[in-house]
Amino acid sequence: MATIDVLPETAAVRWRPRVDAAQLRLRGRLWTLTTFSHVVPFVASATLLMWMQPLALPVALVCLAHAWIIPELYAQRGANVLRPPRRPHAAAGTPPTVSEQRSVGLLGDLVGHDARELHARTGLVLEPGRLGTWLVGEAGAVLLHGRRRAFCYCVRVDPRQARAAGLPSGDRIAHLLLALRSDEAGFATVANLAFSGAQWRLRRRMRKEMRPALKAVGTRAPAFDSGSSGMR
Amino acid sequence: MSKLIRMDHTGHSTLAEWTPGDPAGVEAAVAAFRAELDRGYLAMVSTGPGHAEHVRELPVDAELVILRLPISGG
Repeated sequence: MATIDVLPETAAVRWRPRVDAAQLRLRGRLWTLTTFSHVVPFVASATLLMWMQPLALPVALVCLAHAWIIPELYAQRGANVLRPPRRPHAAAGTPPTVSEQRSVGLLGDLVGHDARELHARTGLVLEPGRLGTWLVGEAGAVLLHGRRRAFCYCVRVDPRQARAAGLPSGDRIAHLLLALRSDEAGFATVANLAFSGAQWRLRRRMRKEMRPALKAVGTRAPAFDSGSSGMR
Repeated sequence: MSKLIRMDHTGHSTLAEWTPGDPAGVEAAVAAFRAELDRGYLAMVSTGPGHAEHVRELPVDAELVILRLPISGG
């Protein structure tokens, strides 16, 4: 059987270094540094203003609001990768179409009972990997690395493919899941990183019905050592 | 009975079914497989829980071969 170890799609992003545990740690630290660089000046300004002139309280509060809102906006950007794409013809409460049911059936065949049940509740598939535990949605995936950090990746069936239009939700997830299973590092390399930060921050911005998926990771997954370097 | 399926707008379509001892069935499956690869599909085979592999030739012994489209960063 002629198999391919590296995800073929990585050829389209050959300038990107292949993701590994060390690179993930570095990217996580850079995100933390960026967040600090946004937050610290506003907090410092607020403190300075209050020290110089207590009547400047409203301005100081605006500064503190900025210090809070900017990381929240980043976290929202991260949570958005799990948001299912809008379907123009699907109204809320509409029963799933036959194609949706068939696609979910196929997805169910690819995953275990627990993952199937979690998908039915949250719309996300939990997939353990070597870099951490993944939550895979229709248009993105979140990698939970260690106990505290999340990496949110925007990745989907290539929309330049005409046949990608009209794919049901289960198939979209199955596409990502199969790619992830065949080459986890390649998958993370092809995907665009939308956010890296604290899991608690991401959780607050996730849709309510999706939050149990994060909890399921916490109860299911072992403590992934952020220093592990094994690759699939 | 082995199956070649393609994920598409219908959920999935079965393109070929064969048994390794049926040369005509295998030949038809190989032809369908190559045609889909030429259209840009990628072929996947599950190789155990949590593992899958890309294949460039039809693995005749595999129970299920799934054709998917390429992915990209959003």
